[in-house]
Amino acid sequence: MLGEGIAKGLVETARNFFGSYVSKDRLTTVQYPEERLPQIEATRDFPFLVYDGDDWQAGMRCVACQICEKECPPKCIYIEKSKDKKPDALGKPQFYPAVFNIDISVCMSCQICVEVCPFEAIKMDTEFELSTDNRFSGLLWNKEKLSKSNEHYNKIHPTEAAEVDARLAEDKAKAEAKAKAASESKPTPPTSAPAPTGAVHG
Amino acid sequence: MGETADQIFVILQHWIVAHAPGILQPILAPLLGVIAIIGVFALLFAVTTVLERKGLGRIQNRYGPNRVGPFGLLQPIADGIKSVTKEDIVPQAADKVVHLLAPVSLVLAAFSLFAVLPVGRNMVLANLDAGVVFFFAVSSVTEITIFMAGWSSRNKYSLLGAMRAIAQMVSYEVPLILASVTVIMATGSLSTVAIVEKQAGYTGIFPHWFVFTPWGFAGFILYMIAATAESNRSPFDLPEGESEIIAGYFVEYSGFKFALFFLGEYLGMFAISGLGITLFLGGWSAPFSFLTWVPSYLWFVGKLLFLIVMFIWVRGTLPRLRMDQLMNFAWKFMLPMALINLITVGIWHFMQQGILRWLICSVIVIASYVLLGRGLTQGWKLEKRIYRFAE
Repeated sequence: MLGEGIAKGLVETARNFFGSYVSKDRLTTVQYPEERLPQIEATRDFPFLVYDGDDWQAGMRCVACQICEKECPPKCIYIEKSKDKKPDALGKPQFYPAVFNIDISVCMSCQICVEVCPFEAIKMDTEFELSTDNRFSGLLWNKEKLSKSNEHYNKIHPTEAAEVDARLAEDKAKAEAKAKAASESKPTPPTSAPAPTGAVHG
Repeated sequence: MGETADQIFVILQHWIVAHAPGILQPILAPLLGVIAIIGVFALLFAVTTVLERKGLGRIQNRYGPNRVGPFGLLQPIADGIKSVTKEDIVPQAADKVVHLLAPVSLVLAAFSLFAVLPVGRNMVLANLDAGVVFFFAVSSVTEITIFMAGWSSRNKYSLLGAMRAIAQMVSYEVPLILASVTVIMATGSLSTVAIVEKQAGYTGIFPHWFVFTPWGFAGFILYMIAATAESNRSPFDLPEGESEIIAGYFVEYSGFKFALFFLGEYLGMFAISGLGITLFLGGWSAPFSFLTWVPSYLWFVGKLLFLIVMFIWVRGTLPRLRMDQLMNFAWKFMLPMALINLITVGIWHFMQQGILRWLICSVIVIASYVLLGRGLTQGWKLEKRIYRFAE
């Protein structure tokens, strides 16, 4: 009979109306600023620079090799190499970036900088609440803004960070063993010894 | 005590008028009524918008607006500020005068509809002898304003929407008025006040509302369907179908003019519901004889809110009709049904009171509903749609 479908539909919508007050499961809305969905582990948006230890300047892994700057497709990375050298995590003197800028308004989050970095120094962040009141200087991030600790990296990408940490520890152990062997066989000053090149990975 | 509460606004009006200088008194009395109507129904509009959005949200398992104020109840204020501060864009090719006049005259017409509605006992702005005729004459002005809006915008979507609106409103005005004529036949009066007073009696505890008669029930349903179409609400919102013609006749309106259209549309809905209450639901009279101590205007507002909830519920349930379905429904079902209803009310009027006239009138109404419904649905093929290329 005419009107049967309308009655059925009215019952259905009434059930939805009252049901949404009774059971929370019906409401799929996540009320964003107060409620958040857990982030999936593979999430990524913009790169950051990893440092070890507490001091971001001393512990910075980046050696200003400029590979990421050359590889970056939209050319959003700008690096100036330092004049002097300072010891890296393995105790070997290295250059460090005097200036390291990323324009995140240009960055396309492709992760190529992360793939090409031989020093595990640049990784992808998950921070997405980046609005700013200046679209030029507010989105051009310098070295200080980009630096984040290894603990932060472990927090946002635990599995990946554990792998990286294991690899770095292995390299360090290898380098130490090599240095030890070298110093035992040839007690010469360490400056003339061949430098350990364990930092590059396939 | 109950009498004072019932008449408090009337007493207040008399008190204010009595204390005014003599020369102002003839103007002041209607002016106070106009101010009260504008204030109350504009407020009701604000409340309805937020309740509608919340209700539709809940129907769709969403929260609805809940950010501005407690439970989002101050949302209309935010909406108002937004619409006032927005830029008022008028298309270069538009007929600027008509473009401005359309929303203004829509709101004016919608407000003047309330003049003949008895909101409570002794609470009617203009007790016209031909109140119902006045109501339908003024409500036809809304059609012209909608066409003014569509034509003056000089936009194809606006014009399409306006053409649809005209076709729809003219078609549905016929069953709307025919459904109301049944009540006029039964009461023998065109005055809204007389119609309500006729329904204010009680048999036992039950009221003499026309909706509790076979022809009145059918008339009420027909009236409300036609009222939905007249006020351009879903499922009859073809003139403004967002997904087809963007927003129909108000594509080219922005800022406060858009808000005026919105206001006019809701006021039209309230007014036409108010007339439905007056004609079929006993106006301001209480639903049971032992509830007559509740002030009469509260009953009117309660019934109005009930009808608004029904409008929202239907809007949340039904999809928009197609143009041919709309026209078929108006001319092949609503019109014959309304005509048969006219005959039924005649039979009801001339038969003796008793169970027999109930039986005969019910049989006529139900049989015509079933048969006309079968005729309307004859060509329909309702089956599960199969998507050939999607799977």
